[in-house]
Amino acid sequence: MNLTAFLIQIFTLLLAVLLAPALTGWVNQCRAWMQNRSAPSIVQPYYTLHKLFHKEVLLAHNASSLFRAAPYIVFSCTALAAAIVPTLSTDLAFSPAADAIALVGLFSLARVFMALAGMDVGTAFGSLGARREMLIGFLAEPALLMVFFTASLISQSTSLSTIVETLAQREFTIYPSLVFSSIAFAMVALAETARIPVDNPTTHLELTMIHEAMILEYSGRHLALIEWASSLKLFTYFCLGIALFFPLGISEADAPLQMIARAGVAMAVKLAVGGFVLALIETLSAKMRIFRAPEFLGTAFLLAVLAMLVRLLLETGP
Amino acid sequence: MSILDAILTIVLPGWLLIGIVGLAFPFRSRLIYGVLFPLGALLGAVLALCALSGIVAAPQTRVLALGLPDLPFHLRLDALSSFFLFLLGAASTGISIYAGGYFRRGKGAIPGLLCLLYHIFLASMVCVMLTDDGYAFMIAWETMALSSFFLVTSDHRIPEIRRAGFLYLLVAHIGAVGILLSFGLMAGNAGDYTFDAMRRFPETGIWPTLAFLLALFGFGAKAGILPLHVWLPEAHPAAPSPVSAMMSGVMLKTAIYGLLRVGFDLLHAKYWWWGLLLLVLGFASAIFGVIFSAVQTDMKRLLAYSSIENIGIIVIGIGLALVFKAFSLPLFAALALTAALYHCLNHAYFKSLLFLCTGTVLHATGERNLGKLGGLIHSMPRVAWLALVGALAAAGLPPLNGFVSEWLMLQGFLFTSGLPQGYLHMLLPVAAAAFTLVTALSGFAMVKFFGIVFLGQPREENLLHAHDAGRHEFFGLVWFGVGCVLLGVFPNLVVALIDPVTRLLLDNGLRDVVTENPWWLLAPISRDRASYSAAIFFVSLALFVPLVFWVVRRFFHGNLDVYGNVKRVPAWDCGFPLQTSRMQDTAEGFSQPIRRVFASFLQHTRHHPSAFDSKPVYRSGVEDPFWNWLYAPTARLVEYGTRVVAFLQHGRIAIYLLYGFITLLILLVMTNG
Repeated sequence: MNLTAFLIQIFTLLLAVLLAPALTGWVNQCRAWMQNRSAPSIVQPYYTLHKLFHKEVLLAHNASSLFRAAPYIVFSCTALAAAIVPTLSTDLAFSPAADAIALVGLFSLARVFMALAGMDVGTAFGSLGARREMLIGFLAEPALLMVFFTASLISQSTSLSTIVETLAQREFTIYPSLVFSSIAFAMVALAETARIPVDNPTTHLELTMIHEAMILEYSGRHLALIEWASSLKLFTYFCLGIALFFPLGISEADAPLQMIARAGVAMAVKLAVGGFVLALIETLSAKMRIFRAPEFLGTAFLLAVLAMLVRLLLETGP
Repeated sequence: MSILDAILTIVLPGWLLIGIVGLAFPFRSRLIYGVLFPLGALLGAVLALCALSGIVAAPQTRVLALGLPDLPFHLRLDALSSFFLFLLGAASTGISIYAGGYFRRGKGAIPGLLCLLYHIFLASMVCVMLTDDGYAFMIAWETMALSSFFLVTSDHRIPEIRRAGFLYLLVAHIGAVGILLSFGLMAGNAGDYTFDAMRRFPETGIWPTLAFLLALFGFGAKAGILPLHVWLPEAHPAAPSPVSAMMSGVMLKTAIYGLLRVGFDLLHAKYWWWGLLLLVLGFASAIFGVIFSAVQTDMKRLLAYSSIENIGIIVIGIGLALVFKAFSLPLFAALALTAALYHCLNHAYFKSLLFLCTGTVLHATGERNLGKLGGLIHSMPRVAWLALVGALAAAGLPPLNGFVSEWLMLQGFLFTSGLPQGYLHMLLPVAAAAFTLVTALSGFAMVKFFGIVFLGQPREENLLHAHDAGRHEFFGLVWFGVGCVLLGVFPNLVVALIDPVTRLLLDNGLRDVVTENPWWLLAPISRDRASYSAAIFFVSLALFVPLVFWVVRRFFHGNLDVYGNVKRVPAWDCGFPLQTSRMQDTAEGFSQPIRRVFASFLQHTRHHPSAFDSKPVYRSGVEDPFWNWLYAPTARLVEYGTRVVAFLQHGRIAIYLLYGFITLLILLVMTNG
């Protein structure tokens, strides 16, 4: 573990944590434009966070210690997950510590704590949200892992840095397996980050809520941390998608500093385009009923399995 | 004094002595629970230490002049048996201490009898793992089955418990017949009943396969592999919690031990399709177990089905190892077997922890039904947090122990490019998909278990006054909780511990690969391929959470005191004015998505109240389909068979004597001819 890797690690982590709300703001802005509404500023999420952090926390009578610990744990897990994903450089100090499987494990650790916190106060909506979230979770998690497995069959490694290095350095050809898995990944990402068509982040109708139902009882700084963690999760999923399917420009180990700067610019452009596409998807589709979600995610899972079979049957070599 | 002698002279007689002393003073519960059980725990720790040094030592053998004339007991301590003895010793230390506290608060069974049976149960499991011939093995195996049967039925006045015990005894004995026949086949070919002779067994034709299938049947019945799993969800709820923990955490592993001993050691894992069979059975058990555990409403049944799932995972690992070994990929075989053995250890820890937690909950509330629990984190916070550790470990989440073995298993599934068999090469990575589904679903089941029991509002009045665990019980829980964390954070040590076992069975181990890396980095094949560092993971989480906490406090709420006295208000719940504890999800409600997604897989019976019921009842349940598909037809067949045979029975002694005479004549003709 050398010093540059460590510095890059800290830098990318801070960048992710600090920029994540801006991405959410950008998506909201794009969506407002497309829906012909006047758009909020891109820094609106920061204002919201600032407001929430300065508000008093109101705890329900029945809230336990787990309820109070959960926001911190969820935020930390999401931040660690963000640290593993190679955004600017594959030379990350933390990357040997956790591979793609551990990344999925981190996400599900955060999800489990979120669901438990939702059940903690003992309201009808809380446990409703928790059970739905776990439903989405157990359907999405295998599909996500299968996407990673296809990529790791190509690179013969489950380490995200190695996967990205292999994918970035291959000559440009279209791999059918990666096409399938990119579609599967997009579907899983929509579900995992609680976007339309699976969940609606701006909903005010309790009966259709998933993520929002779990966090109904939170307020003040706890809510701020959870909102921030949600932004960070969205950001991480974007970075994952970019790293797996559009890795061009991510610098590798021992790259000079200007390479990293170039990677940063490339990343910003990709994120902006990605955010626009997400807003487009959200505008064009309607939220589906909760029990359509298994079909949706089942399709994603089958696509991911198909990708792996295509990889095994048709493709050889890296 | 060698290690084997130490076990034979200290641990086994010690446990028997404790049992006898207990029987001599059957009602002195202070003596029994305050002194004898902790002493037994101490002996468990001694056993664990002995076994730890036995793993690296050369195999030791003894012949004891016990048993019948000319049939002495052969004993052998090698790496395989040492590993499982370590598991037994480590688990029994925690469980015995806990049991001392648990039984003291229980009523019903006579303390002295309980003490005797419990320690005979422990000693018989040690004997199972030490014996080196078929005869002594069967004696130890049957002692284990009988003593555990009496422990299961210690509350024998309740008819349901008697029924569960009978089912357990029945399946155990049907299984024992399979094992006996398997040994018979091997002994018949080897000409001797010692394992040593069987190891040098002339390998001809169909016999090894037949012996393997019989052993699989027998050990599968004990382990709860799919069609023979039915006793688990009945016996575990019936047994007292420490006994459930012992059976689920340790006794199921004796069957895994037997499977490894026969499959790898005695029959040398000959054909690759044995492994395929194990993979199919393992996957069936794992998927079945996890779906059914997610829809249970009784907390111990939920854990029992989860045991079926975990046994399935272990069997998957063994099957994978068999396949790899048959295609001479020794490193991958060692990886898969390491994952399976690691999971044995992990399951012993987290499942014991969870069962002991249910025991404490049961004592505090008198309730096993999830629908009548809830909110216990307020009245028993220490137990709740320890149960959370167990639940997270069982859900296979990092940085706890369940994750490591599942991670290793997935590595085994992913890099199968060396397999010559085209279909297998294709199937195994796809099977990884099913494996990930199982782990994800176990997360659902564990969230349900923990959330319904410990979180939310208490669903009954009396839950508000539930008392926390006593001192002994708490020690037992902490033992397993800490174990779950340590097994998760130091995977390299555990892998190095398992290495001699895989070397014994497969002539290959992961130690060399693993020790190339620093102690905190686990990289089973090579660093480029995959690496995981539980220690960094754990430390960063442990640092990050307080850091976030501190930053939030420092920058935004500098005026808050440490305890952060916050304002308590009624729950918001979207402004809904009327909130009662009845409006939370019940266990049935929480698993509704599972029932809906797997609707075609589950037989769901529901009873709706009608508008005219004076006492409306809503009942919903999921039945085990194997009762109707397999067990009921078998039972009918057996009944029909007995009716057919019954015509021989007339109740007149002259006719019975005639039968004896005819049999004798036939035998004489046969032996002469």
